[in-house]
Amino acid sequence: MSYTINELELKAADIRASIIKSLEEAGSGHSAGPLGLADIFTALYFDVLKHDPKNPDWDQRDILILSNGHCVPVRYAAMAHAGYFDVDELMTLRRFGSRLQGHPERLKLPGMESTSGPLGCGLSQSCGIALSFRMNNENHRFVYCVMGDGELDEGNVWEAAMLAGKEKLHNIIAIIDRNNIQIDGPTETVMPLEDLQAKWEAFGWHVLSIDGNNIEAVIDACAMAKAIVEKPVMIIAHTIPGKGVDFMEYDFHWHGMPPNHEQAKIALHDIRTLKGKIRSEHQ
Amino acid sequence: MSFPLVDLNAEMASEPIRKGFGRGLKVAGEQNQNVVALCADLTESTQMHLFREAFPERFVEIGIAEQNLVTVASGLASQGKIPFCSSYAAFSPGRNWEQIRTTICLNEQPVKIIGSHAGLSVGPDGATHQMLEDLALMRVLPNMVVLAPCDSLEAERATLALAVDPRPGYMRLAREASPIITTIDSPFEIGVGYVLSEGHDVTIVATGTMTYHALRAAEELYKEGISAEVLHYPTIKPFDRDTLIYSVRKTGCVVSCEEAQINGGLGGIVAETISEETPVPLVRIGVRDQFGQSGTPDQLFEHYGITSKHIALAAHSAIEKKRVNL
Repeated sequence: MSYTINELELKAADIRASIIKSLEEAGSGHSAGPLGLADIFTALYFDVLKHDPKNPDWDQRDILILSNGHCVPVRYAAMAHAGYFDVDELMTLRRFGSRLQGHPERLKLPGMESTSGPLGCGLSQSCGIALSFRMNNENHRFVYCVMGDGELDEGNVWEAAMLAGKEKLHNIIAIIDRNNIQIDGPTETVMPLEDLQAKWEAFGWHVLSIDGNNIEAVIDACAMAKAIVEKPVMIIAHTIPGKGVDFMEYDFHWHGMPPNHEQAKIALHDIRTLKGKIRSEHQ
Repeated sequence: MSFPLVDLNAEMASEPIRKGFGRGLKVAGEQNQNVVALCADLTESTQMHLFREAFPERFVEIGIAEQNLVTVASGLASQGKIPFCSSYAAFSPGRNWEQIRTTICLNEQPVKIIGSHAGLSVGPDGATHQMLEDLALMRVLPNMVVLAPCDSLEAERATLALAVDPRPGYMRLAREASPIITTIDSPFEIGVGYVLSEGHDVTIVATGTMTYHALRAAEELYKEGISAEVLHYPTIKPFDRDTLIYSVRKTGCVVSCEEAQINGGLGGIVAETISEETPVPLVRIGVRDQFGQSGTPDQLFEHYGITSKHIALAAHSAIEKKRVNL
């Protein structure tokens, strides 16, 4: 089933609302990154990925690796809305006995492709998956790897970058959530990453630079990435941390904090009304 | 179960343990096309070249990047491959422990990590390359199988066993030629400790290259009228508690032998096991919270007190402690 961009934008709003509700209920967790990634995950789960929520182990599916595991609330929300599990289960986030661990665990939740949290490992795992596709002559399958920009400080990432370039692993479509924040502050203060595009190109990647909060741009970039067969593709997706909630946007303090009840109410109002542009259904 | 050994007093063949791994991996590759191999720029040194030559399309050269080595392997394993990744033990698992913990053990991916050139016997390369902490590092990881075969023949069998085992695994290998003490009829099963010779005065439990030295020590002790029971533990984890406890209840004291740090290594496991189940005197042979240094293997074994002579002295000491305790 395919959706219009308008419908996808409404899905993204639902996913953002679920992120806020689940984080408020959990009382801990990361807000800014998941909100900024909501449009990318909407595009992936509702348009780009070849997958089957009712058969998470389908052997012809595309693989989605979430390298920056702390952003998992957006993946949980997108998976629930896509039909992997009941949306109500999102309220168990980070609780004892929950399948929705604070950082994602493959063995806990069907459809969660890999356990992650410690940063810098997802791209290497994606290399392994792409190598496996090549060994199996499964050129029609793709591995998508969502990474944070802060985690590019990790040397492990650049080891993977070199290998993917050397092996021309074109079945990898990596997406950097370029939101310019990390825990200690702006990325360019903590450890400058620019010129990011030139760095990836120097490692043998084809680089696309897009507005990561524009669902259509994400879908287009992924379609283009599939057409590039001589190199792995890096999509630098510029996003606004906390996107959709006015008081969280651009503020690195929201990296590792959940909203309290009052903040969640304001946040949900922002999301429902697209920051006041449309009337809330509750008004 | 009886454990056939070669005659230690006849002329013995010797070969680096890693050679057995190289042969075993090639056979594993023939038996199962999902077996793949990755190396961090030490392909011939770790004996992976036999596999590379036989199955070039299933071999990945990672370069000098041990973190990438094991995480790429995790990705391959997630798609049904059985990846073996080799380097020197000082670098893998020395450098990439967290990646092994998260992407392999917690993620339950059946990646097999081969740490070659482990122990003091690397010799002239010195302390940086003499990995002594690998057993301790790997055995604390849930889900991880830890092996230290005693010779090249056993390493070949251990490799084949790892290839069909569904768990993550680590196997330590040595660089120098080691006497081949097992035979083609010797058993090997992951998780089993073997009684090589029965005795009643003292239990000597050894792993890896030290099993040979433990057998030599038992010979010396026999001449002195002491009956030593020698246990061979090619599997460090899962640890065969029953075989050790049964032996120790009979002999009343124990000596552990390893070419590694006794803290957290075999010495640590034996101490934990007997103090929980059957507290008896224990003397541990191994490296005692120190780093190695350059030298020949013989010089280093002498300096760090891990020769058969030291094992025999430790056995006397353990027996003496038993008497004092009475």
